[in-house]
Amino acid sequence: MSAQETNQPTGVEAAYQTALDAGRFQIQHCGSCGRHVFYPRESCPHCGNASLAWVDPKGEGTVHAVTTVRRKPDAGGDYNVSLIDLDEGVRMMSRVLGAPEAVRIGQRVRARIVVKEGRGVVVFDATAGQGEQA
Amino acid sequence: MSAGLRALRGSAAIAGVATFGLGEAHGFTDMELLARSARAAVADAGLKMSDIDGICTASASATMWAMPVIEYLGIRPSFIDSTMLGGSSFVAHLMPAMLALQSGQCNAVLVCYGSAQRTATFGRKEVVASRRFLDPQPYEMPYEPMLPLSAYALVASRYMHEFGATRRHLAEVAVAARAWAAMNPEAFMREPLSIEDVLGARMVSDPLSVRDCCLVTDGGGAYVLVRADRAKDLPKKPVYVLGNGTAVWNRQVSSMHDLTVTAASQSGKAAFDMAGLSAKDVDVAQLYDAFTINTLLFLEDLGFCKKGEAAAFVENGGIAPGGRLAVNTNGGGLSCAHPGMYGIFTIIEAVRQLRGECGDRQVKGAKIALAHGNGGTLSSQSTAILGTAETL
Repeated sequence: MSAQETNQPTGVEAAYQTALDAGRFQIQHCGSCGRHVFYPRESCPHCGNASLAWVDPKGEGTVHAVTTVRRKPDAGGDYNVSLIDLDEGVRMMSRVLGAPEAVRIGQRVRARIVVKEGRGVVVFDATAGQGEQA
Repeated sequence: MSAGLRALRGSAAIAGVATFGLGEAHGFTDMELLARSARAAVADAGLKMSDIDGICTASASATMWAMPVIEYLGIRPSFIDSTMLGGSSFVAHLMPAMLALQSGQCNAVLVCYGSAQRTATFGRKEVVASRRFLDPQPYEMPYEPMLPLSAYALVASRYMHEFGATRRHLAEVAVAARAWAAMNPEAFMREPLSIEDVLGARMVSDPLSVRDCCLVTDGGGAYVLVRADRAKDLPKKPVYVLGNGTAVWNRQVSSMHDLTVTAASQSGKAAFDMAGLSAKDVDVAQLYDAFTINTLLFLEDLGFCKKGEAAAFVENGGIAPGGRLAVNTNGGGLSCAHPGMYGIFTIIEAVRQLRGECGDRQVKGAKIALAHGNGGTLSSQSTAILGTAETL
């Protein structure tokens, strides 16, 4: 039984992952300076305050930087790694699924959780249209 | 700039440098490469190992590395610094070493490094694999970026997007490095390299090809730092430390505030402020080129050109022999050597240029050199400004 299931407090990394494993993607919001925070911290990296609360992001974002990692076809083939700027103003590493060569900077994407062997991970799908070139 | 830092300008000098085993050093361990380099650097300074009473060193794998190094060399130093900031460490070691010399805590500091990552059984691949457990990055690793390479690739993609730079501009950096390497007998890769060769090379993590990436070699390097007054009485022409600054803003590429601006903009400003100089005063620059994008970013962040203008700066051989600025005259990490952490070699090449020891690749009349170290994934930056006696 995990710490979360026994209602024991955990560090934010375990709390984040436990939520993801259950299909829920959360980021933090600072009650002191009002900014969103990712990746999860024990105190706000912007203002140092401890008043960080979990919030559900909209899940919409824009591709900020992109690479195609080359891998032999028999090992699974090439795949995308991107930096995504969520509309809440935080940046995260992730993958945009689909053909890696089609992923473009500025492209709008939507988050989705994939659970593999019990472990949740946030990935993105392309959505219609180009976003602001953020 | 504090008066105390300004007073340190020129207070210490590099009196000895050495490299050993650059390229492939079959049958050598990290420690043996370090020890050979250290012994040669101490001899170059006209000193004995028993004169060494200060040490700076770091290892990419051993977390308590200063202890076995001290034991192996048989010294009992009164100053020890093993700050580990990745490849920039051996540039960043300058400031604490200068402070220790100035305070009288010690009299001769040996800065040393060795790595057999290319030929060792437990080499680069194994170190990268073990780092997943020893130095976890749980918010990046699930996506399997090929680190450190993919971090630089992401930065390159953004840089190209914002400033209209192309793979051809990145290739200019690799081609210039190779042209310098061709004049350096110590360089590991010296055969001709063209823009087309780089553009046609195997892609690894777009937009970077294998020729946009540094070498994986063995090698050791060391230098000896003493107070300026003592350096005058030692055999080699002293190379004075005019400025040094170190900056870290983040560890992970996903935490960089602006992918196109590195902490070199802070470390460079600190070093130049201490030296009372600016980029236009620099005769020769050694910029840690782990990947071709690094050189573009550092040319801008250190003030050699404005943000977004480095692509034009390097075009048509701008940093190759005969270009507008002599950059990475040993061939750099791209073509000379890259034994895991390259920073110490930026210092060693800068010293050799200021001494006038560089043969065919010598930059005539070089008086001021810049050595810039980078660590992690554009995570740590350390800049040193070095000069001849005329610059004091």
